[in-house]
Amino acid sequence: MSNYIKLIVLGLVVLFAAIGTNYARDLAYQVHAVLVMLIAGGLFIWTLRNTDEPDILVDRSSEYMDDVIRYGVIATAFWGVVGFLAGTFIAFQLAFPELNFEWAQGYLNFGRLRPLHTSAVIFAFGGNALIATSFYVVQRTSAARLWGGNLAWFVFWGYQLFIVLAATGYVLGGTQSKEYAEPEWYVDLWLTVVWVAYLAVYLGTIVKRKEPHIYVANWFYLAFIVTVAMLHLVNNMTVPVSIWGSKSVIVWSGVQDAMIQWWYGHNAVGFFLTAGFLGMMYYFIPKQAERPVFSYKLSIIHFWALIFLYIWAGPHHLHYTALPDWASTLGMVFSIVLWMPSWGGMINGLMTLSGAWDKLRTDPIIRMMVISVGFYGMSTFEGPMMSIRAVNSLSHYTDWTIGHVHSGALGWNGMITFGALYFLVPVLWKRERLYSLQMVSWHFWLATIGIVLYAASMWVTGIMEGLMWREVDANGFLVNSFADTVAAKFPMYVVRGLGGVLFLAGSVIMCYNLWMTVRKAPAKEASLTVAVPAE
Amino acid sequence: MEEYTILRQFADSWMLLLLFVFFIGIVIWVFRPGASKEYKDTANIPFRHADAPAPLRGDDEAAPRAGDKPAESKEASK
Repeated sequence: MSNYIKLIVLGLVVLFAAIGTNYARDLAYQVHAVLVMLIAGGLFIWTLRNTDEPDILVDRSSEYMDDVIRYGVIATAFWGVVGFLAGTFIAFQLAFPELNFEWAQGYLNFGRLRPLHTSAVIFAFGGNALIATSFYVVQRTSAARLWGGNLAWFVFWGYQLFIVLAATGYVLGGTQSKEYAEPEWYVDLWLTVVWVAYLAVYLGTIVKRKEPHIYVANWFYLAFIVTVAMLHLVNNMTVPVSIWGSKSVIVWSGVQDAMIQWWYGHNAVGFFLTAGFLGMMYYFIPKQAERPVFSYKLSIIHFWALIFLYIWAGPHHLHYTALPDWASTLGMVFSIVLWMPSWGGMINGLMTLSGAWDKLRTDPIIRMMVISVGFYGMSTFEGPMMSIRAVNSLSHYTDWTIGHVHSGALGWNGMITFGALYFLVPVLWKRERLYSLQMVSWHFWLATIGIVLYAASMWVTGIMEGLMWREVDANGFLVNSFADTVAAKFPMYVVRGLGGVLFLAGSVIMCYNLWMTVRKAPAKEASLTVAVPAE
Repeated sequence: MEEYTILRQFADSWMLLLLFVFFIGIVIWVFRPGASKEYKDTANIPFRHADAPAPLRGDDEAAPRAGDKPAESKEASK
């Protein structure tokens, strides 16, 4: 019966997308309409072929739903490489403007590729990592199979569709020009549907848990899911100009719009890139170190302090703007107070290794996780410092900000995700061990040196251009033109690009290692001892 | 009073107090007597049920499976 409803819905979607293809007012919308028409049409045929076939019901409540997580791991690794590649390419576009090819103007120039890079690494790489690990962690810590059956598959594939729509939209010019919230209204609506399903699967699993307590990692994941839903809805309150076009107009105006954008933007950092990944930290570091978290009490205080404070920090993005001073002071003060929970959490993660520090020498995976927590501590020190108004007057609009973001994103988010992937692949594919620990070491050093090159060059060029911009001569005239600062930054831009190459090379080595783990590493003994009746 | 002023006054007084008291309450609650013992068990959740869910029926204490690593308490390893 449900198949008939599915067929009706899919048929209507195909029809609507076909009409949309015809009436489309812009290229991005038209391409998306074709894409949706093909996908919905394919699903229609697939569903039709399976309709009225006998249902084979297998009771799988005694095993975890791991196949969707395996897909998630593959998607994370794939989008990671895509995102790093895009980032490295646009880094070289800044150093060598000739890479903004004449034949690809309007499609592959820096302005179009930059949101593609940020979305690919944050939402495609980070988002897939979060969805996959959260599904893994919530099942293990609840001792229950994922709730909702195939809904988890809908979340996975629905999220991939969101990524593809967002990425192709940027290249073709479909953007609402809000940083980290570029996708247009229909892509936003689709993400909302997927996100509600994600929340339902996650909450449903927690509700049917067998453990009396909800493990702390789940609190962080849940805060990430709920808060991102709220941020997404408020920051994307738009009215489409036409149902047949991608252009939409935001209902907020002026400084309120700016404030909501950075309330969104900073909490995307706070809840997507921090709370969610802290959920990873609180599960995978204890697992890899084979010892419980340093202090469970501290983890609870860490959680509540972090979510109570982060939500106020956004206005520090708007110092010296039309935003009232009291609001930006409030944001600045809360950013500084954030030092406490951030470092509390960092200490909690690092001290989990107390008594097992020797593992750092023997286990490159734990080394990766530890350096990630180290980068977390470093960038959560740097961030509040940059939010102070006086420091911000120097750092804002310079490359220092970009360096800060990347020490957090590459160092903290990237490294903890790599660590989680190295942990997950042997477990999910039932392998004894990873294919090569030496390759993990190579990955570790390539990525670390890459981040150091990146962050250091951005500090130098950021502070340099900040100082050059504010330099005045004895008569009060500006000494440097903007083009002077661009010329002065060239060597650092090349170094930054090389850092990106190293980081990208490390991630390619990781993909090869994980692939060979699945292909070549010896299977785990336990999986071979399935009882087979002797006949 | 206009809407903004009402909301602002509420946010600056009662809501602020509520959130602050809630947070302090959590900090006190975390250090309640007997918490350490309970949290020791909770902190060990990742080391249980690594391979399969707890059985739907039967005793809650599922037998450890082959892949489950025994959780060591920190005191024991010192």
